[in-house]
Amino acid sequence: MTATAPTTTPPRKIRIATASLAGCFGCHMSFADIDTRLLALSEWVTFDRSPLTDWKTVGECDIALIEGGVCNAENVEVLRAFRRAARILVAVGACAINGGLPAQRNHHRVEALLTHVFETDRHLAPGSRVPNDPELPLLLEHVHPIHEIVRVDYYLPGCPPTAEVIWTFLMDLLAGREPHFPYPMLRYD
Amino acid sequence: MAPMTSPFASETFTLDGKPTPFAPGQTVLEAALAAGHYIPHLCWHPEMGNHGSCRLCVVEANGRIHASCALPAQPGLQVVSKSETLTRVRRTLLEMLFAEGNHFCPGCEKSGDCLLQALAYAHGMTASHFDPFYPQRRIDASHPDLWLDPNRCILCGLCVRASLAEGKEALVIGGRGIASRLLATSPSGLLGDTALAATDRAARICPVGALNFKEVGFASPIGKRRFDHRPPEAMSDKERYT
Ligand code: SF4
Ligand code: SF4
Ligand code: FES
Repeated sequence: MTATAPTTTPPRKIRIATASLAGCFGCHMSFADIDTRLLALSEWVTFDRSPLTDWKTVGECDIALIEGGVCNAENVEVLRAFRRAARILVAVGACAINGGLPAQRNHHRVEALLTHVFETDRHLAPGSRVPNDPELPLLLEHVHPIHEIVRVDYYLPGCPPTAEVIWTFLMDLLAGREPHFPYPMLRYD
Repeated sequence: MAPMTSPFASETFTLDGKPTPFAPGQTVLEAALAAGHYIPHLCWHPEMGNHGSCRLCVVEANGRIHASCALPAQPGLQVVSKSETLTRVRRTLLEMLFAEGNHFCPGCEKSGDCLLQALAYAHGMTASHFDPFYPQRRIDASHPDLWLDPNRCILCGLCVRASLAEGKEALVIGGRGIASRLLATSPSGLLGDTALAATDRAARICPVGALNFKEVGFASPIGKRRFDHRPPEAMSDKERYT
């Protein structure tokens, strides 16, 4: 580049929001596994609401990366807010895609599970009850993939997706390419 | 693997533009596989033959789509096994199988060793786009050496056919529609009360994570599992079939 090149307005930085619903944070950790490439990424993108930032509410953004299925009322609210805010919403990881291992609770009645853990477990203090403070979100009857609640633009499979998949995906999107994963990159486990 | 053409192959049909020899009575799928030309399939097996349930083996011929495991090879028949439509149809079928069961690969001991999963990878399936059914079938762990997770069963019928062929008749697919499922033939309905034994052909034929041996899971390191680096297409019969 020459010093005399006409200066244009620098391209607006891509804005990324991330969220964990009924996730384990493993997908975010796999994102962090891109390692020093995070430094390069930070040159190209800005982060909106994310467990890694301090923004409390999600604002208009280009890409929302969502890990975790939907297991309680707050998850639904957050997911809808991210869908409204983001141009491209991405289901990241097995949980967001098909409920994941947490959806194995769909074999049981949710009341039975809560009672088992908070009332009848023999290691509890006497008088322990299922938490009933309205501050706490109620569990849904079943765990759901996020596509049952909102429209999803892309799916990144894996539990978690490898850092390579997450990196390739973001680089493709940033470059305006349609993301593509060859056989060795696809993993559901 | 070296293509194994039947010594009785006499006539030929055209498969994806290539002349393919076949022996009288062979289906398109059998002749294709014998000639080293892979067509995706789940319920066909070299020892057990065809079943017709998975539909992955669909091909275009005579102006429509057929299951190649049931389509008899004919001299001069024009068959297409690779097209955009067929890839899309197969991917949809795979998404249906994933949606119908509880295919939580992250906790399945057959992950990396599962034909359904490998075919989904090979078809670039990033997710099943259907709402999951979340079936509620119970595991049968009544057998001392074997266990069955019916929520992973794809109803390929391979275990049923193997058990029938070896004279045990331990298994059957019962029910209609979405209620169809694998059942033990014992009056109690328990695998442990059938004559099924761990040494049976049926005990190790399941191509997915449904009918399994007990206490052998997670023995292969990640990276060394059967399908870790190669799709079913690139495998020998020995590796591809259970
Ligand atoms: S997909 Fe796996 S790594 Fe990601 S949130 Fe779910 S359990 Fe954690
Ligand atoms: S248990 Fe396995 S072999 Fe038997 S029908 Fe189900 S998927 Fe096929
Ligand atoms: S192999 Fe033809 S239907 Fe399964």
